[in-house]
Amino acid sequence: MDHPVSITVARYIVLLPLIGATINFLAGSWLQKTFGKRAISFVGCGVVVLAFILAVRTFFAMLAMAPENRFLLDDLWRWIDVGGLNLEVAFWLDPLSMVMTLIITGIGGLIHIYSTGYMHDDESYWRFFGWLNLFTFAMLVLVLGDNLWLMFVGWEGVGLCSFALIGFWYKVLANTTAGNKAFIVNRVGDWAFVIALYSLFMALGNVGHPTLVTREIAKYAPLLAGMPGYLGMTMVTFVTLLMFAGATGKSAQIPLYVWLPDAMAGPTPVSALIHAATMVTAGIYMVARLNFLFSMAPATMTVVAVVGGLTALFAATVGIAQNDIKKVLAYSTVSQLGYMFAAVGVGAYAAGVFHLMTHAFFKACLFLGSGSVIHAMGGEQDMRKMGALRHKMPITFITFLAATLAISGVPPFAGFMSKDEIIWQAFAHGHTVVWALLLIGAAITVFYMFRQVYMTFFGEFRGTHEQEHHLHESPPSMAYVLIVLGALSVVGGLVKIPDFIATYKPFEEFLEPVFASGPTRAVMEAGIHSHSLEAAFGFVTFTMVVLGWLAADFMYRQQTVDPERFSQAFGGVVYEWVLNKYYVDELYDFAVVRPYQASCRALAWIDANIIDGIVNLAAALTVLGAWLSGLFDAYIVDGLVNAASLVTLDVGGRLRRLQTGSINGYLYGILAAVMVILLVRAMLHA
Amino acid sequence: MNHALTLITFIPIAGMVVVLALPQAMKDICKWIAAAATAVQLLIAIWLYRSFDTATTAIQFAEKHDWIPSYHITYFMGVDGISISMVLLTALICFISVFASFSITRAEKAYYALLLMLDAGMMGVFVSLDFFLFYIFWEVMLLPMYFLIGIWGGPRREYAAIKFFLYTLLGSVLILLAMLGLYYYGAQSTFDMTVLASNASHYSTTFQRIVWIALFIGFAIKIPAFPFHTWLPDAHVEAPTAISVILAGVLLKMGTYGILRVNFAILPEATHQLAWLFLGVIGTINIVYGAMCAMAQTDYKKLIAYSSISHMGYVMLGCASFTAAGINGAVLQMFNHGTVTAMLFILVGVIYDRAHHREIAGFGGLAQQMPLYAGMTGFAFFAGMGLPGMSAFISEVLVLIGAWQTHPLMTVFGAATAILTAGYLLWTYQRIYLGPFNEKYAGYADLTFREAFTLVPLAIIVLILGVYPHAVLGLLNTSLVHLNQIVLSTPGPAVALLH
Repeated sequence: MDHPVSITVARYIVLLPLIGATINFLAGSWLQKTFGKRAISFVGCGVVVLAFILAVRTFFAMLAMAPENRFLLDDLWRWIDVGGLNLEVAFWLDPLSMVMTLIITGIGGLIHIYSTGYMHDDESYWRFFGWLNLFTFAMLVLVLGDNLWLMFVGWEGVGLCSFALIGFWYKVLANTTAGNKAFIVNRVGDWAFVIALYSLFMALGNVGHPTLVTREIAKYAPLLAGMPGYLGMTMVTFVTLLMFAGATGKSAQIPLYVWLPDAMAGPTPVSALIHAATMVTAGIYMVARLNFLFSMAPATMTVVAVVGGLTALFAATVGIAQNDIKKVLAYSTVSQLGYMFAAVGVGAYAAGVFHLMTHAFFKACLFLGSGSVIHAMGGEQDMRKMGALRHKMPITFITFLAATLAISGVPPFAGFMSKDEIIWQAFAHGHTVVWALLLIGAAITVFYMFRQVYMTFFGEFRGTHEQEHHLHESPPSMAYVLIVLGALSVVGGLVKIPDFIATYKPFEEFLEPVFASGPTRAVMEAGIHSHSLEAAFGFVTFTMVVLGWLAADFMYRQQTVDPERFSQAFGGVVYEWVLNKYYVDELYDFAVVRPYQASCRALAWIDANIIDGIVNLAAALTVLGAWLSGLFDAYIVDGLVNAASLVTLDVGGRLRRLQTGSINGYLYGILAAVMVILLVRAMLHA
Repeated sequence: MNHALTLITFIPIAGMVVVLALPQAMKDICKWIAAAATAVQLLIAIWLYRSFDTATTAIQFAEKHDWIPSYHITYFMGVDGISISMVLLTALICFISVFASFSITRAEKAYYALLLMLDAGMMGVFVSLDFFLFYIFWEVMLLPMYFLIGIWGGPRREYAAIKFFLYTLLGSVLILLAMLGLYYYGAQSTFDMTVLASNASHYSTTFQRIVWIALFIGFAIKIPAFPFHTWLPDAHVEAPTAISVILAGVLLKMGTYGILRVNFAILPEATHQLAWLFLGVIGTINIVYGAMCAMAQTDYKKLIAYSSISHMGYVMLGCASFTAAGINGAVLQMFNHGTVTAMLFILVGVIYDRAHHREIAGFGGLAQQMPLYAGMTGFAFFAGMGLPGMSAFISEVLVLIGAWQTHPLMTVFGAATAILTAGYLLWTYQRIYLGPFNEKYAGYADLTFREAFTLVPLAIIVLILGVYPHAVLGLLNTSLVHLNQIVLSTPGPAVALLH
């Protein structure tokens, strides 16, 4: 890792989607008008597919290398070089970012193709593909950036695209509100994340290696052991805890998950790509990428595992009561991301990344399947108005079912391989509580997923006649993508088979060099137990899966148990709370948003009336002073002048009377004056 | 070119003379003369930028002549890394603002003459190295600004103009007194800033502090720092678009520039001791307070004005950090705020020119009628939010990463404001551009070529400095690290407060 192999292919993988975005934004409107939407499809899909082809070629090239050499660096230019902060714009391809790149360009490419069908009637077709391309670019920067600031560029960049695509249909105000909520909630997480970066940079500076380049952090992280941080924590705990707080925003964990369900306001391909398969997994990627740091902070690891476990269960329960086909999947995504965090939190990094990948397959399939349903239903998203769609939409049904079996953890579908592993690892690493949370969550997952399948595809059709008349299977561009993703949901997990069945785990072996630091090895090895125990736990998990399915089957297919009465039996209050998502949105609105807005208004009032009031008062006092001095001037200063002139006039008037014109009078005067002078002189000489 | 700085300062004056000499019948070409003068200025600035040696802390392109020898006043111009970046910004913003002025139709001759005079005054401030000359330019700039707001402004223009004038004048008086104090009580009677800086240790500690605070208030009014900021929203709301662009784009930077050039360089010891409070705490208040006040505004332009107050706070906080990253980030933020905020005020002007009002609540769904305009505003808003990949991201990160090392608590607040900024900008964007279309605005034209011409260059600069900030940082680093070293070599505050 000290001497990464220099390459130039990464830049092309990253830049291709950027080129697509640039063309679409600058010339898309014109292209669409002149050459039709096919030109946009060609550019928009072409760049991503091309990037995927490059990624696959690089992947095979990487496989041909010795595992310890699979660290490739594409260095472009010096980005920042100030005050010890030396950052390059450089891309770092190692097994972990390779896996992510394949998912982003591969699943992303499929979703691009699907969108050509789904968005076909939208007038802003070019804008959609512009943002989708830009998203792909930003996501690639996130996973390939060789330093944490470059990762953050992608991190916020995907947030921007997420914002723009959630509010893509901006004429409806609610959509744009959902976009704002997503962006702002994410910024709360980013706040913690950037402070983590500031602290990490300073801490590394204090040990003589100021850097934020990921591979250098890995090298120098051991020097941070035992360094005190803030708030009574060690530096590493402080930094990793804040980083995880950042991840709860991007990856929708408690307490910052609230934006993701609202984000379903965006077009369904966006939900599949950004809000299921790629962007929301950025937090898991980040923890896995910085595993050497997290492994040094057992306290943080516990927090990650517990928050993950809680979110997995909590979101699953909310998923039970949702009637919007996409909202169910949204809460399901929150829940599944919880599984991934639980995995990396207990130290099973590879299992977390594995579930990230299989989840990308089956959740993309589920979302796109729901998109296919919504497309056929003319925009309807309420499952209570659906039913019996399996006859009219067989491809959608079969692929949706395959993905449902996968997420449920039915062997040998993809989700079984990864989820079973996570649940087992939680126990194996001694996190019994987390294990219990995940286990219950697994049963509920099966329940809400089959509830969805039965409500949508089984029973009687409950929509309008007009909707029924228009029901149709989706066009090939969408159907083929569903088939590919459905197939991946079935076989995509075969790259790592549970140890108690067979020793076949090329996926884990591929990632091994990434998780090679001392602390990470120690954490991972703590979870090694006998295969028979693992098998027993696998059986327990499978029992829960069957129980969950049975419950859904009784209630929503055979309808031998009425869900209404069932919910009443538990007390209507519980159901009310679940239905209303535990009133968390209302709580945040009441406790954060409103007080903040009120204090803003109060400050603005103070600014306009008190602070500016003092300024105006000072000005008024000056004017008053000027007026008073004006009075003083007019009546006293000028009064004195006038008085002087009056006195002069008066004296003059009086003296004038002396001017009599009589010579005698003057002579007497002269005589008197001369006498006075002589008298004075005589007195002076004496 | 030995006289490049004289030339770049007085080219606008030459333009002004030509404008004034034009017969009334030819008033239509005033704007082109102004455009030509500022274009030449911009070309000289680019030439300066390209010839500037980034490796040295020495003063470059210096010109020095005796002016009033009996009082040791010299005509001394020169630039270092800090001022060259501001020269570049001034030339750029003035050039753009001439084109943003084309909608002015009343008394054009006087308008362009005053605009050019303002330009010369600002440029003079950034290139002067004689304190007396600096002060002259500082005052020269006041007068045209007063008339530009007072004559071509909005309904309350006279109130705003007088408020601006008197407030700034108050600051000027303090600067004048401080300058005379430095002159009379120094080791030698001089106004030469480089000499004053080398004699810093001569002044007593108390004297340094008093002078420092007087200078600080003088400059703080310009920034504007809390609580001296209330003239700014009024001035912006009344000023015509181009004047707002200059006001926010260049004028505010003179405050922080003055602090670096005078407070930091001439009074390093007082700076070291007082900065945490006057620049750190007040800067942090600016950041948070400006953002919160912006949230509550109903007038589009006032909102942007408050966001300026918030963003200038980062400059102060970065200066207070005394780290290379923080102080570089501060000056880069000055530059970036200049370009971003110029875009924002031009964009406000675009809709004001059409709708003749700026009530945020009165708009809605403009993106449907004016997609280009909405797109460009979105770009500028995200630039204002410090989105990575754009220029302000780099400067805010540098400020905060530096400030974290000396003032972690303030940094926490500074970083949190990124949330608040996203809050008010996104909410504003939603109310004006998104949602259902308000039919009242049907038929409005999208960005004209001229408007796009003023915005696009700024947008390109914002992007370039996001991916290649070195283009400006390269200028700054040597000078700023040197300046920071000087300050750090003095005794620091007795109590390490708020650490």
